[in-house]
Amino acid sequence: SCPLSSRCCAPSGAAPAMNCRAEVLEVSVEGRQVEEAMLAVLHTILLHRSTGKFHYKKEGTYSIGTVGTQDVDCDFIDFAYVRVSSEELDRALRKAVGEFKDALRGSGSDGMGQISLEFYQKKKSRWPFSDECIPWELWTIKVNVVNLANEQERQICREKVGEKLCEKIINIVEVMNRHEYLPKMPTQSEVDNVFDTSLKDVQPYLYKISYQITDSLGTSVTTTMRRLIKDTLAL
Amino acid sequence: AMDTDLSSQDRKDLDKFIKFFALKTVQVIVQARLGEKICTRSSSSPTGSDWFNLAIKDIPEVTHEAKKALAGQLPAVGRSMCVEISLKTSEGDSMELEIWCLEMNEKCDKEIKVSYTVYNRLSLLLKSLLAITRVTPAYRLSRKQGHEYVILYRIYFGEVQLSGLGEGFQTVRVGTVGTPVGTITLSCAYRINLAFMSTRQFERTPPIMGIIIDHFVDRPYPSSSPMHPCNYRAGEDNGAVYPSVEDSQEVCTTSFSTSPPSQCVFTVTKAHFQTPPPVVTDTLKVPVMGLAFSHQLSSSRLSYQPAALGVGSADMGYPVLFAGGLNAAHPHQLIGPGKEGGVPPVPNQPAHGSQADQERMCTPLEGVHYSAATPSSSEDTETVSNSSEGKCGSPHDLLETIFIRKVGAFVNKPINQVTMANLDIPFAMFAPKNVELEDNDPMVNPPESPETESPLQGSLHSEGSSGSSTGNTHDDFVMIDFKPAFSKDDILPMDLGTFYREFQNPPQLSSLSIDIGAQSMAEDLDSLPEKLAVHEKNVKEFDAFVETLQ
Repeated sequence: SCPLSSRCCAPSGAAPAMNCRAEVLEVSVEGRQVEEAMLAVLHTILLHRSTGKFHYKKEGTYSIGTVGTQDVDCDFIDFAYVRVSSEELDRALRKAVGEFKDALRGSGSDGMGQISLEFYQKKKSRWPFSDECIPWELWTIKVNVVNLANEQERQICREKVGEKLCEKIINIVEVMNRHEYLPKMPTQSEVDNVFDTSLKDVQPYLYKISYQITDSLGTSVTTTMRRLIKDTLAL
Repeated sequence: AMDTDLSSQDRKDLDKFIKFFALKTVQVIVQARLGEKICTRSSSSPTGSDWFNLAIKDIPEVTHEAKKALAGQLPAVGRSMCVEISLKTSEGDSMELEIWCLEMNEKCDKEIKVSYTVYNRLSLLLKSLLAITRVTPAYRLSRKQGHEYVILYRIYFGEVQLSGLGEGFQTVRVGTVGTPVGTITLSCAYRINLAFMSTRQFERTPPIMGIIIDHFVDRPYPSSSPMHPCNYRAGEDNGAVYPSVEDSQEVCTTSFSTSPPSQCVFTVTKAHFQTPPPVVTDTLKVPVMGLAFSHQLSSSRLSYQPAALGVGSADMGYPVLFAGGLNAAHPHQLIGPGKEGGVPPVPNQPAHGSQADQERMCTPLEGVHYSAATPSSSEDTETVSNSSEGKCGSPHDLLETIFIRKVGAFVNKPINQVTMANLDIPFAMFAPKNVELEDNDPMVNPPESPETESPLQGSLHSEGSSGSSTGNTHDDFVMIDFKPAFSKDDILPMDLGTFYREFQNPPQLSSLSIDIGAQSMAEDLDSLPEKLAVHEKNVKEFDAFVETLQ
């Protein structure tokens, strides 16, 4: 679990702090499309929220590495998306999405849930006060899993979900284009409070992924499982 | 008045950013329509040639075309850079699919920092462009190109022309970036009506020496720039060399400062090349017949040669590059720019926050004058070209792999047939019914059934017509193609679809034929009195049985 966990961030379900913008996307997909749909959305967001690695030089200056990109075709959806060329990042997202998918399929689930991607900054506090995690952008993707009866419906679903995801990508890009608050570019000593510097080829803003499953009674069950992805990688 | 607000260095930087942003925009768009998956590597060490900190390959021909269209100008109010994406079928019919517009409006943001905020926002905008280019309808079309159509691009500068997109086109905005001289806007207008177009009649232009030239009759601008296929690689016979961006000595190394904004530094250096870096391009050697080419023609892209269009092209043995799987490998796959063996490492940027002015290494550039001509050193650049003739094959082979079978639109299935049909309907391939082909189409006229023709048919018609051909009852149905679910045509010679087609006209069951029926009817009639007698004998049993049912 999160190395800073108990001391760090606001408990799950708390409202985002002020100045944290929140965006909600909703999709209805078939069970086998959950992973690809989530990866498409999360990768598109992270494409916009990752930079090249910073290299700090003499006092006050830094240079930025290069971010490569690659196309990903979906197998169960008529859709393709672009993601950052970073295997570490891809693995981290796949792991989180895999857990979400398993939880959605688990007992007590009516096929409804949501996965959240939160970008935050760390604010160091002096002892005995714990560091704060201050979210500045929160993306919530609500998922509704549908069951289809026959192959014809599945084929239509492939196309329809593909079209829906195109709309979601356009929505994400619209939000990104608003050029709203972004954390100030940090000095070398502060960089780990703003960016995740643990990856070797790219540098996303600090983020965490969590999810919730709604049980058939409509209440949110088994609480969120929260992990810092850095942490997930360490496991 | 504006210049007093913007330092001359900032102005130079801004113009440079806009210029390279425009070039990178074109690269992203064209590469997204090549029909292939793009993959570039991340690199934690800046290589000095990755504008906007993104690994976007520069296809030299595309850069060349973009620079030609811009002709040293930058997008400004009323002067937009447009990339037009269109589709051209193997018969020569064309359709505009998208217009990507890079525009500038008058709304200025004087407060914004050029070398920092504008640069980063332009980078973000390019990322958005990468994402959006995959979600418009033309993306999926371009991934399936090669057999029956190609995707072409054309760059022009000036007023945006959206009239070729048909009615009801939609617009998606990629994003905007405010600058002190105006707001940059990037958007895409795309056609949504991809169906058979009956309203627009194109002249059937015979291909001119196999070169795609924009010949639209009702094109408003007579001097429009030539169209280029997105997935073609240049032939090298004329020695046309397109210097890569690295050669043009406009290399960007970003060095950012975290000190207070007033001392923000952006340094651009001129890379010094000892020897011009070889540019490795994978090219197709295209044999060119001894015909006179104007300079423009020879530098245009050679594209496919539709077969059998009566130009005598088959005789000339035109090399045809347009066949399934013929797309030559592109040099931009999986190689980060720094690895091409080209750009020497750029000297470190020593600029401090406070010493920015003294230590800038940038050579004063010519301001806004960007000529299309490249700096002299790059003209010596050698181009190493690997001709991939193995892929090209002989012209004959290529001609044979051209097929114009009229299957459904955008069917991604190579079939080795060449038809001589010259259809005059534009976009005939997309039409639901192709009248001329019915004679040839086995779907319409199924092969003759085996000899036992249906006696039922024979006797239903006149007596002497037992020789009437079979299968005519099926004339009501015109099946153009049949794609049963789960069937894959291209693996086995016999599959579900073929099986169905072959066996959909089985001979009648003999027991259903009237002759036999007629015979048994006569027998039945004769045996009736006997049967009646038997039933009468058992009438009591029958009555008892009936009573049990009540």
